[in-house]
Amino acid sequence: MKNNEPVIVVEQLCKAFGENVVLDHFDLTLNRGENLVVLGKSGSGKSVLIKCIIGLMRPDSGRIEVLGQNVPELSYIELDQLRARVGFLFQSNALYDSMTVRENLEFPLRRHWLNVEQKDVDNLVLEVLESVGLEHTVDMMPAELSGGMRKRIALARTLILKPDIILYDEPTTGLDAITGMEIIELIKELQEKYQTSALVISHDMKLARYAAKRIAMLIDGKCYATGTYQELSTSKDPTIRAFFD
Amino acid sequence: MLNTLFNHTFFQEIGALARFTGRFFREVFRPRYEWEELFRQSFVIGYKSLTLVGLTAFIMGFVMTMQLRPNMVHYGVEKMIPAMVCISIIREIGPVITALIFAGKIGSSIGAELGSMRVTEQIDAMEVSGTNPFKYLVVTRVLAATFMLPVLVVIGDAISLYGSYLGVNIYEVLSFQLFMEQVMNSLSYADAVPAFIKTFFFGFAVGIVGCFKGYYSSKGTEGVGLSANSAVVMASVFIFILDLLAVQVAALIW
Repeated sequence: MKNNEPVIVVEQLCKAFGENVVLDHFDLTLNRGENLVVLGKSGSGKSVLIKCIIGLMRPDSGRIEVLGQNVPELSYIELDQLRARVGFLFQSNALYDSMTVRENLEFPLRRHWLNVEQKDVDNLVLEVLESVGLEHTVDMMPAELSGGMRKRIALARTLILKPDIILYDEPTTGLDAITGMEIIELIKELQEKYQTSALVISHDMKLARYAAKRIAMLIDGKCYATGTYQELSTSKDPTIRAFFD
Repeated sequence: MLNTLFNHTFFQEIGALARFTGRFFREVFRPRYEWEELFRQSFVIGYKSLTLVGLTAFIMGFVMTMQLRPNMVHYGVEKMIPAMVCISIIREIGPVITALIFAGKIGSSIGAELGSMRVTEQIDAMEVSGTNPFKYLVVTRVLAATFMLPVLVVIGDAISLYGSYLGVNIYEVLSFQLFMEQVMNSLSYADAVPAFIKTFFFGFAVGIVGCFKGYYSSKGTEGVGLSANSAVVMASVFIFILDLLAVQVAALIW
């Protein structure tokens, strides 16, 4: 596949909860190898968008094409197969707290690669832990880890299936400035190492500035503007300026 | 009063539970089968409840014997104590008390565990990892509860009878062999079989209600507490309703 080829295409996406319209004919395109940050205020519908993309929520209308497949029309089995190629980093990390780090990392592997040998599983677990710099935590429980370490382990878990796309839901929320910056660096590093495409949902301007190749602004349920950080930060539009001032 | 009891939310909840149960029966026969998790849950649900069930069963048999004794002596039928205790335990008290303890321990733990997994997005994480969380979490727990409760009841009944034997021997000397002979002579299949069959339904009720409450938990940590609490209350009510139905059905058949 070539660069600039779209891997996620969202067209005219609508989602409402009762009277509350969260996404109103939202459009978005993520190209291969690109880091795209969707910026929006808290409660603007960013998490709803990302959950519709991965199939955890069903949109009211619109088209969501991921790696050439229209997500709302996929069967459960087809969706499972697609999800093996799309990693998802949850805002709360969502590590299985009754399992060790090793078991957390092995879990998706065991579900998708049924005939994989234990030796290969061990090698993969160590490889992704090395990528996030936490080899020594392999037999620890999630409760024994700090917030930043949990985020890194969650990232390692999304990487273990070597996805084509990674979806990040507020990856720096709840972290201190230094740890947040480390996660931003890690996202960039991993994107270069594994050549993945990344869709990052955030309200963190530092993340948008350092990690994004392109930014899409989600305002009032619509894609209000797209552009590079440089383009948007010099915009005269007061709605856009409100994010940068 | 009736309006408050049978309001809109009550019927919605019963409807949602019926749909949840329907989904369980659809998923239970479909591959992939989560054998490893099923055995792990059976161990957690069965083996780890054994101490509590055993202790309460022993006390139940012992106390019942002691409580019955004065009246039985008064009427001169103290020899009937083993038979009376045995029938009470096997037919009713053993299954119901064990099921209620099981609801308190297992129903609440399933409700709290799944509830916290729901609010911390672990169930969503499982889904995006290519695992059917309903099959992995719900089907395995409900099956484990359904098959482990009857085992616990049988063990609990045996321990209760031993407690009763010790209770009898406080006031008189009765060999274990003679005690068991009196017990077995008083029992019939009509006592044991319906009582054993209904424990599967009790176990299923505890499992499905615990999973239902936990799986649809919301409102953060407060919701987890509510799920655990309401799982116990609802499962306990279901146990009594099922017991009521079981006694009618058993009376018709036997």
